[in-house]
Amino acid sequence: MTRDEAFLQFLLRMGDNTLILGHRVSEWCGHSPVLEEDIALANTALDLIGQTQFWLGLAGEVQGDGKSADDIAFLRDVWDFRNLLLVEVPNGDFGRTLMRQFLFDAWHSIQLGHLMKSSDERVAAIAEKASKEVAYHLERSADTVVGLGDGTEESHRRMQESLDYLWPYVGEMFQSDEVDAEMVAAGIAPDPASLRDDYDALITRILADATLTIPDSRFGHKGGRTGKMHTEHLGHLLTQMQWLQRAYPGSNW
Amino acid sequence: MSQLQEKPSVTQIWEWLEAVPDPEIPVISLVDLGIIRDIKWNDDTLTVAVTPTYSGCPATSIINLDIETALRDHGIEKLQLKRQLSPAWTTDWLSDKGRAKLEEYGIAPPQPAGGPERCPNCHSNNVTKVSQFGSTPCKAHWRCQDCLEPFDYFKCI
Repeated sequence: MTRDEAFLQFLLRMGDNTLILGHRVSEWCGHSPVLEEDIALANTALDLIGQTQFWLGLAGEVQGDGKSADDIAFLRDVWDFRNLLLVEVPNGDFGRTLMRQFLFDAWHSIQLGHLMKSSDERVAAIAEKASKEVAYHLERSADTVVGLGDGTEESHRRMQESLDYLWPYVGEMFQSDEVDAEMVAAGIAPDPASLRDDYDALITRILADATLTIPDSRFGHKGGRTGKMHTEHLGHLLTQMQWLQRAYPGSNW
Repeated sequence: MSQLQEKPSVTQIWEWLEAVPDPEIPVISLVDLGIIRDIKWNDDTLTVAVTPTYSGCPATSIINLDIETALRDHGIEKLQLKRQLSPAWTTDWLSDKGRAKLEEYGIAPPQPAGGPERCPNCHSNNVTKVSQFGSTPCKAHWRCQDCLEPFDYFKCI
């Protein structure tokens, strides 16, 4: 694997995470429990889709085939996607959506903090921009997880069930492979495994405030960031996200 | 090829852009908003560096279109718009004039403390947060406890 091939994989991983999570979160538009939450989720989705344009735009540049961020987002199939399994699982209820957001935001903010010091100045610039938005996402998702976890009997039960359901998807964020080794060697990105201690410290503190119990298991589903085995849910998501470009190739307005 | 007409000065171009309103908050200009980062001539091509407020802000493409239209109307033919991500936009770049206009319009200007200083309608300090997000990516939703009016707060980033 050449450095550019690894770099492309790294950029797809970053951009596909924000694209797929942005799409999932946007599914709440018009359906949230209250208007303010509806707006908050739509704004979060918008930030994530905006960040996707930067990551996938750079991926297209590195790939060198003249592909735009839109081409990459709308014209690839399931096995080409490099997002974490965590971001493709269905939303579930509002609590599970916010728990997933928190588990992702915590990782995202730590990852972007490292990427701001990337040896590649384009990566550093995107990370600098995105980290401001993600700090805001994390503040909100952490507050909501605490509010619902330490809320009523029902909201507490639902948040604990959400954490139990999502926990097996957390480990994939910290798995390293040859792509990561190449990125570390080039000084472009940190080793995912090296982020685990900061992550655990952050989520342990917030989840304790939320009176929730972290499951005592390190078992982790994997296959998303390598593209080897996505869940069945991603294909369903893509049929909805991509249908227009598939049915009317190249259409725009 | 000889060009008889002098190129407009960079100062002149800043003045022209000072007159281009933000598409979502038309009381402030793009210059007040602090998103025009650099204007320079490379030979006979004018380069304008623009930074986005929020990554996904849908106004970004309209803003670029408005800049282009304004400068073409002033006779600029060769124009290049450049997206500049770093340094990332901060509300510190809002001009004092822009901040005053925001408040006058009913939007509380950003404060380092993270919340509005006072209600833009009645100037009471008795205000509470309704939501961290609002009608556009750059705003949060607050309410005055005295005059009871809801209002937008320009988020500080």
